[in-house]
Amino acid sequence: MKNPLDSIWGTIISGLILTAILYFVARNFLVAST
Amino acid sequence: MNAELILDRWLHVVAGITWIGLLYYFNLVQTPGLAAAKADGSAAGITRHIAPRALLWFRWAAVVTWLSGAAYLLRAANLSLTDAFLLQGASALIGVGAWLGTIMLFNVWVLIWPNQKKVLGIVLADDAAKARAGRVAFLASRTNLMLSIPMAFFMVAGPHGLPV
Repeated sequence: MKNPLDSIWGTIISGLILTAILYFVARNFLVAST
Repeated sequence: MNAELILDRWLHVVAGITWIGLLYYFNLVQTPGLAAAKADGSAAGITRHIAPRALLWFRWAAVVTWLSGAAYLLRAANLSLTDAFLLQGASALIGVGAWLGTIMLFNVWVLIWPNQKKVLGIVLADDAAKARAGRVAFLASRTNLMLSIPMAFFMVAGPHGLPV
């Protein structure tokens, strides 16, 4: 499998996916607990 | 908000623009440009005159960004540096951004700069070591480009309220 970081768009899409994952975590486990 | 916090926040934003702006320059302009320049034999000007200057501003802007951000979290009445890194309370959201920024600062000083010194010939290295160093620096830089996307989101989400 090709490393997504080898392409600009692969890197940007990975960053967007990571943002969505962290948003989910923050929404369900950080904000909800405060 | 007092004048000290306004100035600190301003410094944090300006230094952050310098840092992340240069990160985007490296990834979107210099790296692909350098590949084209190597193909036509005109890369020396970039590696000798442009890259070292860009890296100087890049790595020190990263330090100023981190320190001014940490100082802000320490001094702001509604935030806490400890709570930010423990991801708790009102500092939890900006804490996600702070963690990502801290990982990025680590990448700059521990992975990108020492390896770029080999690539640019500031530190002596044979061709195999230069190739390895180039790959590590490239992947660390691309990792920072990836991390900058959620980092910026959580930096602005904290003070404005995450829409949950």
